[in-house]
Amino acid sequence: MTSISVSTTINGDDVEFLCNVDETLLDVLRNRLGLMGAKEGCGTGDCGACSTIMDGRVVCSCLVLGAETQGREVETIEGMSDGRELHPLQVKFIEHAALQCGICTPGFLMAAKALLAAHPDPSEEEIRFWLAGNLCRCTGYDKIVRAVQDAAAEMRGANA
Amino acid sequence: MRYENPTTIENAVDLLARSDGPAYVLAGGTDLLVRMKGDDFDAELVVDIKSIAGMDQIVETAEGFTIGAAVPCAALGEHGALVAAWPGVVEAANLIGSTQVQSRCTISGNLCNASPAADSVPAMVAANARARIVGPGGARMIDVADVPTAPGKTSLARDEIIEAISLPKPDARSGDAYLRFTPRTEMDIAVVGAAVNLTLDDEGIVQTARVVLGAVAPSVVVVDAAAAALVGNKLNDATLKAVEAACTAASNPIDDKRGTVEFRNQVAGVLGRRAAEIAYGRAGGTQ
Ligand SMILES: Cc1cc2nc3c(=O)[nH]c(=O)nc-3n(C[C@H](O)[C@H](O)[C@H](O)COP(=O)(O)OP(=O)(O)OC[C@H]3O[C@@H](n4cnc5c(N)ncnc54)[C@H](O)[C@@H]3O)c2cc1C
Ligand code: FES
Ligand code: FES
Repeated sequence: MTSISVSTTINGDDVEFLCNVDETLLDVLRNRLGLMGAKEGCGTGDCGACSTIMDGRVVCSCLVLGAETQGREVETIEGMSDGRELHPLQVKFIEHAALQCGICTPGFLMAAKALLAAHPDPSEEEIRFWLAGNLCRCTGYDKIVRAVQDAAAEMRGANA
Repeated sequence: MRYENPTTIENAVDLLARSDGPAYVLAGGTDLLVRMKGDDFDAELVVDIKSIAGMDQIVETAEGFTIGAAVPCAALGEHGALVAAWPGVVEAANLIGSTQVQSRCTISGNLCNASPAADSVPAMVAANARARIVGPGGARMIDVADVPTAPGKTSLARDEIIEAISLPKPDARSGDAYLRFTPRTEMDIAVVGAAVNLTLDDEGIVQTARVVLGAVAPSVVVVDAAAAALVGNKLNDATLKAVEAACTAASNPIDDKRGTVEFRNQVAGVLGRRAAEIAYGRAGGTQ
């Protein structure tokens, strides 16, 4: 199989990589670029553990070909904090103990980040529907929803 | 396998026509990538249509709306004029998958994947949607209803691509709606889907109606008897009972662990009736 050369932007940095046609963005992030934050839970779009943001929309990176990221802007969990300064969502996930094993956490954080960018003041129902494509098998969803609500309130305050 | 990312539809068609093995159009990839991971998947070529100019646009014209084949379903819900004109089509498209899937999946892909349970298809058929298909010989328009022919099969030739889906301009007093039953509230495949599109006169009497079921037969079922029960009537109990009975009678489902035949037939009637009530309300009718 011939490799494809791809130029893209990841977390604001220009990145070039070679990949095979059938390699997904998730494969590229983890196996070629050493960005191990996105996890593979299912590989079929069901669990959301691989969530990343592409051109402003949250996607399952297991359902995007590496080749499709040519010329696009990709954001991963590695770009969420500002250096050592955690993003409000990250802070609130820790405060609310919204994680146990943590496998689902990067995906929830990326999906929640996209939610708050589109809807700064979501209702609980909106949060639960938006995050329905992210599965967590240990924490339970309540703490996650509370953490997102709390982060949303703090971010609205900071922007006011 | 090759990956191509053409910028014109002619080029995309040409690539498909010249391919000497299995070739696939790639839109949102939410069906295709899952299939690609299977052991028995074999392709010589994948043609990504998302870089073709204009394919990612929703255009409002005097005749209605043209939805490019690369428009993700999330963008349908963000288009105020489209939501106002065709709320049922949009709610059906927005039921597909999760937020992540919505960012990528398209109604053209939902149609071409030809799953009997595809959520947007009954609503598009009820809305009299048409597909603009481009092939080596040029473009043609066909009814969306004529695209899927059997589970996983379409009437498109291997070198044809849906360029866009067109929805007509709705009449002033009209409304559409889509409902589905799934065991879970989110992220599940329809056990039954029902779409209704109707227009009313000034008295609230139904003038035209389309009632379409999904997931209860190999392809969508247009229930003419339910439409006939609606036309000429207001939405009273007798009309609703007749719609329900017609939908149950038209349902011809499989029996599996997600729903027995008897259950699906009953739910087809219930959802047909409820979708008619919602569409009627949206058209400005009062029961
Ligand atoms: C987690 C998950 C949940 C899902 N939930 C639902 C659901 O609730 N309801 C539902 O109906 N579906 C669901 N699906 C299936 C899928 O998301 C939809 O069918 C979607 O609309 C497919 O669109 P796409 O653009 O991603 O198609 P693709 O995967 O890009 O293509 C699908 C097929 O159509 C062909 N094709 C695509 N576009 C064109 C075109 N313009 N011209 C010609 N051929 C074309 C492709 O070659 C391929 O064979 C789900 C999928 C996943 C992964
Ligand atoms: S690994 Fe991508 S959704 Fe599960
Ligand atoms: S914390 Fe373990 S899966 Fe969510």
